[in-house]
Amino acid sequence: MTDGGDLGWWGVLIAVMGGAIRVSTPYLFVSLGETLTEKGGRVNLGLEGILVMGAMSGYGTAVVTGEPWLGVIVAGCAGSALALLHGLICNLTRVNDIAVGISLFIFGTGLAFFLGKPFINPSAPRLPHLELGAWSTYPQVRSALEINALFIIGVVLAFALAWGLKNMKWGLILRTVGDSTEAATALGYSVNWVRTMGTVAGGFLSGVGGSFLSLYYPGTWNEGLSSGQGLMAVALVIFARWNPIYCFYVSLLFGGATALGPALQTVGITSNYYLYGAAPYFLTLGLLIYSSSTKHSLAGAPGEVSISR
Amino acid sequence: MTEKPAMATLPPPDVMVTDMTKRFGALVALDAVSVHFESGTFHALLGENGAGKSTLVKCLMGYYQADEGDISVNGVTQHVTNPRHAHHLGLGMVYQHFTLVPSMTVAENLVLGEEGLPSVINWKEHLEILEAFMQSMPFRLDLNRPVSSLAAGEKQKLEILKQLHLGSRFLILDEPTSVLTPDEADQILGLMQQLTDENRISVVMITHKLREVEAYANEVSVLRNGRLAGQGYVKDLTHADLIRMMIGSEKVSKPAVRTEASRREIAFEIRNLVVGNDKGLTAVSDASLQVKEGEIVGIAGVSGNGQTELVEALSGQRDEESGEIFVRGMKYGKTRSEMREFGINMLPEDPLNNSCVREMTVAENLAIRNFDQPPTTYAGCLINRGAVRRHGRDLIERFRIKTQGPDVRIETLSGGNVQRTVLARELAGDVEVLIVQNPCFGLDLNAVAEIRNRIMEARNGGATILLISEDLDEILELADRIIVMFEGHFVFETSREKADVHEIGRHMASHV
Repeated sequence: MTDGGDLGWWGVLIAVMGGAIRVSTPYLFVSLGETLTEKGGRVNLGLEGILVMGAMSGYGTAVVTGEPWLGVIVAGCAGSALALLHGLICNLTRVNDIAVGISLFIFGTGLAFFLGKPFINPSAPRLPHLELGAWSTYPQVRSALEINALFIIGVVLAFALAWGLKNMKWGLILRTVGDSTEAATALGYSVNWVRTMGTVAGGFLSGVGGSFLSLYYPGTWNEGLSSGQGLMAVALVIFARWNPIYCFYVSLLFGGATALGPALQTVGITSNYYLYGAAPYFLTLGLLIYSSSTKHSLAGAPGEVSISR
Repeated sequence: MTEKPAMATLPPPDVMVTDMTKRFGALVALDAVSVHFESGTFHALLGENGAGKSTLVKCLMGYYQADEGDISVNGVTQHVTNPRHAHHLGLGMVYQHFTLVPSMTVAENLVLGEEGLPSVINWKEHLEILEAFMQSMPFRLDLNRPVSSLAAGEKQKLEILKQLHLGSRFLILDEPTSVLTPDEADQILGLMQQLTDENRISVVMITHKLREVEAYANEVSVLRNGRLAGQGYVKDLTHADLIRMMIGSEKVSKPAVRTEASRREIAFEIRNLVVGNDKGLTAVSDASLQVKEGEIVGIAGVSGNGQTELVEALSGQRDEESGEIFVRGMKYGKTRSEMREFGINMLPEDPLNNSCVREMTVAENLAIRNFDQPPTTYAGCLINRGAVRRHGRDLIERFRIKTQGPDVRIETLSGGNVQRTVLARELAGDVEVLIVQNPCFGLDLNAVAEIRNRIMEARNGGATILLISEDLDEILELADRIIVMFEGHFVFETSREKADVHEIGRHMASHV
């Protein structure tokens, strides 16, 4: 990015697009995870804690074994374990899933900081990426087209989940449970079991999203690693109308907003850096106001999700 | 019927219930009841609310385990442990509250309950099977429509189709006509009768409507207070026999007496009211009406045609998009002070949620309208709890509310008594305008008669009353003028004298 000057404002655009792909990956995984959880009728606000826990456990595993992909899997499993805790607690009667989620958020981050202390200094091997920009002579284009492997997996997963929710047995069951407890009970499905499984699957994906933070971008482990991606993903899912494919688009949008500040820096606009850095938070607020209304409930929301009632 | 050849050959199940008893704590919900549901008959279970009809079928379906007694299917004693087990025996139930998944299509809902659903669904193949199944049925639905867009009658049909598709040959229908227009009800029950006459299925219908029993059922069993009060072939029983079995020796209160009120001025008026629903669509469009003093205007219609939104707009729970409401010629803004000044009172549907505070006591709920006025308030801001309790005790007595006392939480009361409590509160003060919605929903015959009498008394006393009800019989009994609401519009109006059930029913089902 040394000679960003030649491309001028095009450089900003390219950097935002490249950043969108890079930064959107954790948003994508967490929002897909939250979509699965909410399709089953529960909200898991603990995803931020799961994300941080995933980042820590993935990084730690990669440091110890030298195998970044093993780190991704361990991160997913750690996420599932925390989500299972959420699911089991919510199975008890009169337990509020929002409150459990908030405690899980604090518990998950705290646990990750506690267990992750020894991994702040050593460096772990990074996840691989594809050089799709090798044809270009501009370093900006080449840098923007470094597509990481998890992003590709995430995109495939978004389309696979959208297909599965419509065409697979588990998809129909999950949607039934999330839309009408009465219907699910009458059909003989165990509502709590299905919801717990939805939460666990969502936790796995969020954990994987966390491992991206520590194993690819920014690619280190420290306590300030996550900037609220796990919480913003909840807003993102509402805006994406619980549709995995929309989750992909909205993740790109959020990724682009996050990449705005650093991109402007490359063309020498450094004033208001922190203001641009807050772009994703403004976007979250703006989208939530835009998609809410006093007059009608959210279209497409699963009937049993507490935020849509 | 390529997939279920059994349906065409074997006769439907023959189910026998012997000496079944079910207790909930000290309450005996079902006391040694025996019923024989013969194969291929249309059997009605008649009784008032709380008579034990639902308990009986829930034991049959495996939701509850009976404490004593046997169930036998085709002569084999069965211990039905859960609804799945009941399905395997060919027993299926259509619930009073729809158990369809609203966001899914008709096809998805039909496929959902299938046994051995493969993990990947081949929609092309399934749609072909479902299409063939639809062709074999006396009624059809478009497979690709989302359930949320179906009318109540269509949902009921889908529930029945779903059970038949799952292979149930013994269908239990729980109050199947409660959300249907008279014509829809006749159509669905007629189809059930046709299927039983062809010996394709057996039907058990839970109902409290004598007309349906007399018109469609072959056999009837009447339950009262958990006991079998009588049974037999419908053709052998008279109307009077059925009523006697249903309510026993208790006297039924006489129907309300209507005095010839001198109709005076217009007291309540709605002009061009437009109200949206939760989805942002128009629920009430351009509604206008006038109600005079001493008049009951009844709004009839099938549930879900905008009545709830209309009542919420009148009560202040929902903002209207445009239009105005006038009381005695003055604009009504739905504030508490205006309600008091104009004497506006409301009994909305589901009163426990819409006009009570669940956690508060009966006395506190009875005082909600006037607790901030003397004598229940002194020095302008302090509440006199003694006065609240006295006021509560007085109303509990006058309106015969069954409660353990003024200090128990209102949510511990039965539905009928919550209804009575709210009615007591609303009728206690100075009633000039009364808006009531489904006031007798789910009550027994005596409570119904009593509440209707109270409403009629208020009318005879000069109150202006707007009655919104899904029960056409109630409208015909009480209203001086009848308006039919369909898809948010007032589509028809008639006076009490000229009212014709069939004409009203037609308008309830469509614009004519």
